[in-house]
Amino acid sequence: MAPDLRPLFEPKGVVVTGVSAHPGKFGFVALHNLLACGYTGPVFAVGREEGTVLDRPVLASVDAVPDGAAELLVLCTPVAANAEIVRSAAARGVRAVFCAAGGYSEAGPDGAEAEDQLVALADELGIVLAGPNGQGVVSTPVGLCAQIVAPFPTAGRIAVVSQSGNFVSSFLNYANQTGVGISRAVSAGNAAAIGVADYLEWFADDPETEVALCYLEGLADGRGFFERVREVTRRMPVVVVKGGTTAGGQRAAASHTGSLANDDQIFDGMARQAGLVRAANIESAFEAAATFATQPLPAGNRIVVLSTAGGWGVVTADAVTAHRDLDLTPLPADLMATIDKLVPPRWSRNNPVDLAGGETRDTIPAVLEATVAHPAVDAVVQLGLGIQGNTAALTRGGPFHPDHGLGRIVDFHEHQERRYAEAADSASRSHDKPVLVASELAVARPDNPLVQAVRESGRLCYPSADRAVVALGHLVRYADWRRRRP
Amino acid sequence: MGTVSEARSRQLVEAAGIPVSPWASAGDPDRAVEAARNLGFPVAVKLNGDAVIHKTEGGLVRLGLASPDQVAEAAAQLLAGAGEGTDLLVTQMVAGHRELIAGLVTDERFGPCIMLGLGGVLVEAMADVAFRLAPLGVVDALDLIDDLGAQTLLGPLRGEPALDREATADLLVAIGTMADDPNVVAVDLNPLVVADGRPVAVDALVELSDGAQ
Repeated sequence: MAPDLRPLFEPKGVVVTGVSAHPGKFGFVALHNLLACGYTGPVFAVGREEGTVLDRPVLASVDAVPDGAAELLVLCTPVAANAEIVRSAAARGVRAVFCAAGGYSEAGPDGAEAEDQLVALADELGIVLAGPNGQGVVSTPVGLCAQIVAPFPTAGRIAVVSQSGNFVSSFLNYANQTGVGISRAVSAGNAAAIGVADYLEWFADDPETEVALCYLEGLADGRGFFERVREVTRRMPVVVVKGGTTAGGQRAAASHTGSLANDDQIFDGMARQAGLVRAANIESAFEAAATFATQPLPAGNRIVVLSTAGGWGVVTADAVTAHRDLDLTPLPADLMATIDKLVPPRWSRNNPVDLAGGETRDTIPAVLEATVAHPAVDAVVQLGLGIQGNTAALTRGGPFHPDHGLGRIVDFHEHQERRYAEAADSASRSHDKPVLVASELAVARPDNPLVQAVRESGRLCYPSADRAVVALGHLVRYADWRRRRP
Repeated sequence: MGTVSEARSRQLVEAAGIPVSPWASAGDPDRAVEAARNLGFPVAVKLNGDAVIHKTEGGLVRLGLASPDQVAEAAAQLLAGAGEGTDLLVTQMVAGHRELIAGLVTDERFGPCIMLGLGGVLVEAMADVAFRLAPLGVVDALDLIDDLGAQTLLGPLRGEPALDREATADLLVAIGTMADDPNVVAVDLNPLVVADGRPVAVDALVELSDGAQ
């Protein structure tokens, strides 16, 4: 049975051990982060030196924590001290331990023995043990930043679990960059007692979480992971990125099948069978998760590419066509007739829809709405926005603004960009279909009004059409996986 | 662990419901000719035995034998160089331009896994293969076929119909059921010739765990 991780992610009170006045020490940093990010429960500092740290009294022992006042213990103390601390903490009402301390199984046979003993102790006491040798745990619904690294992420619906603590930080950095936020995040560390599958099972039932994002390196019990995670994916998308894919080489075997088998291809087949969304790298994994968190699941694979002008539409249509899970659907005749009424006849009259610069004030919202509404369209990629906002930025910063009528035109351009973003969001919501907006301005000019408005709508502005297509491919494949396994 | 003879391997895979090319065992050239007559020419004649593996590489297969004389000659040659515990296996030649490879392998982390790939002499070099874990349902088996890179080779080709995906999925599901027997360590169906759209194993190799032979 999956352990209840509520005391880890939503503790009533936290104790940090190993707190000293040295601001570079893990205990200090963990205490600082707990106090700095909005956690409202009581926080207790335990250390060897009397006095205060960050204006908190330093307790000499966890025995000084009032009974029942703290549920989470963050261990930043050395291996030799921890068993006794855990036992005392449990007696004070602690229900979960995050062991940030290293020196366990990653450090050799003595550490491995200490790790086994710590697991047995947690078992005996009936408490959750996360780590050891992990960077910490984050939970935005309660403002919990119990980690020895940065950043604290913007709040959202992606839950992160990673077998590498630094990739937790990477994912949280992307969350802050894009504005698509995080519900929970945990560095699994050595995963001595609580493994990735345990976290995923808990996330699947977590009302704050829409999608899980996971970095994996090794799986000691691959079959057990498979059996558990394929039940999770029936309820919640799980995006994984796998490290060490080139490590497993060919095997010596009597059979051709045996000699053709390698670890990565078996992992890949397992992932597909289990309904895992396997991303090729860290940034595409984040973008896939951000897409699941902010877009509805599509009902099929029929994609329409919308563009205002230029080569964007052509290149993106190529990317959709080359993607095995996506179909660049022929433009329905009635939709074509609708667009005919909205723009001059030089538009592309096929998919990709290229308006060829023929749009006026209301055209882009109208074309978006008509396309997304069409029953023969499952998802839309919108390109070529942000141009007006970019022009406005140059004008606004130039020597003539706001004279010569420039004040008014800049305001108009910026207003239009916001309308486009709102139209994409509103069409997506009212028809329950994914609408992905892509522009390099997402990274080149994050202050562009289109980019800002997409972000304010809670969605990801994709830095390129190719990356939007990759994310959409994951969405379509997963939706199909779910549909075919009712 | 050890491999068993092609004849025993064929019995095991047939028992799982996997289609194999019609075949018969023969102890000497006369019986090989008789078997060939019953099966219909052309046939292949192979040396058969528990220790006989990598037959093609070892020159232990004679393909496309179209007459009783050819069968008798091939049979005599194969037996002349053969060791203890061997006999002959005579099998119908199955016509088809396309070859697949399928099998079962036991992975130390994930347990029994089913493989499907494009076959033929270039299988190792192309390495267009994909895996699923056993047991396998039909939906996952169809996905496994979709995973292969060279999908155009699975469509209609040179006057032959497209690969029958349902029949192929059934075959993959059947391979998965072989893992129900914990003694089965590996299965190799190489090649599966696609005949009139349906894959048929023209060779089979089963590897059993120690003590299970």
